[in-house]
Amino acid sequence: MQKTIAYNVGKIREDFPILRRVINGKPLVYLDNAATTQKPEQVIETLDRYYREYNANIHRGIYKISEEATAAHEEARAKVARFINAGSPDEIVFVRGTTEAINLVAQTWGRSNIGLGDGIMLTEMEHHSNIVPWQLLAKEKTACLKYVGISDDGILLKNEFQQHLENDGVKLFSVTQVSNVLGTINPVRELVREAHKHHCHVLVDAAQSVPHMPVDVQDLDCDFLAFSGHKMCGPTGIGVLYAKKKLLVEMPPFHGGGEMIREVHQYEASWKEPPYKFEAGTVNIEGGIGLGSAVDYLTEIGTRNIRSHEKEVTAYALEQLGKVKGTTVYGPPDPQARGGVISFNLGDIHSHDMASLLDEDNIAVRSGQHCAQPLHERFGIPSSTRASFYLYNTEGEVDQLVTALRRAGEIFKI
Amino acid sequence: MSSIYSEIILDYYRHPRNKGKLENPQIHARDSNPLCGDVIEIQMVLDGISKVKEVKYNGQGCAISQASASMLTEMIQGKTLEEIRKISKDDILSLIGGQLSAVRLKCALLSLKVMKTGLYSYLGSMETGKEEISGL
Repeated sequence: MQKTIAYNVGKIREDFPILRRVINGKPLVYLDNAATTQKPEQVIETLDRYYREYNANIHRGIYKISEEATAAHEEARAKVARFINAGSPDEIVFVRGTTEAINLVAQTWGRSNIGLGDGIMLTEMEHHSNIVPWQLLAKEKTACLKYVGISDDGILLKNEFQQHLENDGVKLFSVTQVSNVLGTINPVRELVREAHKHHCHVLVDAAQSVPHMPVDVQDLDCDFLAFSGHKMCGPTGIGVLYAKKKLLVEMPPFHGGGEMIREVHQYEASWKEPPYKFEAGTVNIEGGIGLGSAVDYLTEIGTRNIRSHEKEVTAYALEQLGKVKGTTVYGPPDPQARGGVISFNLGDIHSHDMASLLDEDNIAVRSGQHCAQPLHERFGIPSSTRASFYLYNTEGEVDQLVTALRRAGEIFKI
Repeated sequence: MSSIYSEIILDYYRHPRNKGKLENPQIHARDSNPLCGDVIEIQMVLDGISKVKEVKYNGQGCAISQASASMLTEMIQGKTLEEIRKISKDDILSLIGGQLSAVRLKCALLSLKVMKTGLYSYLGSMETGKEEISGL
């Protein structure tokens, strides 16, 4: 996709007040976007206006500001539905984040549909949040976890995927669309089609894809898809579970409480229709409204343009990192095949030392295992340093990273 | 801004002193920092009942955790148990020099925590030591 002339990274940066912050005379170089992203003025103003003008509980107050808050919250749900092309806003369940979305599916759909000896298929590149909920369910149901391996370049091994599907009674495949360590973009559409042939449901962990590229749930045809607001310019504590309407109707509730019920008597209760059935208690009202504002912001810039920009920055970073003596980069070498996430090691410098050295130059990166310990074990490395980009990062910032890496290499005499 | 990674730290990281294992140590402890994956193990053989005859550490992790462990072993070699009981957080930090963030402080102090855990367990007085250890 050709980058449009309209993409002006300098202008985009002006929307993010934090990027103007200077510490010890050096500007902030924020390269930890896979962990969380910065917030534009537009989102900050939306939250500010909510608190100042119409803060009220939703779906219950018979007064003006409660009606305004309810309308804004439900409008946000509709915006999110359009953003990922869901069939209806009823397919959008607001949750705390990707982690809660996956746990919700495991504890409701999973408990009702996974039984003794059934297979739950994951991949070696999953985040802990897409491993541990399934371990808990597998233990409870005496089900079997099956892992699809990856190549040394971080590409999913399709023959293993196929073998598990054909031989292991797999009822669910839970897979990340973009690896938070390797950056690998998995061919989710193709994987879903193949899984469905074997009556296997598919959950897509879209935490690293929805913020960065166009994602169309109807085109993917996935059964479930989860992502987080704070990784896409929105607030923390709000996230989304998309699920096909038919599944949401069949699934039992997750948490019990107010707002999710139709009627409550002393010994029994009945539930509201989805998505409300899954939203017990007072929801994160401003979180939903803030996420709606983030969706507006990203829609205006265009996810296609964001993807195209990130691809350019990533390609440049891969090229420049390759020139730093002693650097090992993990994941697919082709920038087309990866999102804006680059994990690496430099000589024998431990990632925490690397992150401290980069911090001395006010460059924020992530170090450690990035909640993907099995993946690091697969590569036989104790940890890695990760730089991850977003719509506001520039090639100039990549240059600053590379300069700081060379300095680190000199200090450690690599 | 000067780097926390001084020549001294790097020298201990690259050329660790007292790294290895001991046969039949009277004092022995191991711990890890779950945030970073740093692991430190410390062993001591005593001269009589109250003096450190030989000390070794083993482990893996960042330069700060490994260098500080190596420095600590040099510091306690030949000392009495009473003397090493008094080694404080500040003693370690002055060895390292420079300012550490809260997260990196854990790396720097892991070996001290391990040494004290081993010491108190040997002295059979975990109760008296608990307070001090929990502050690390």
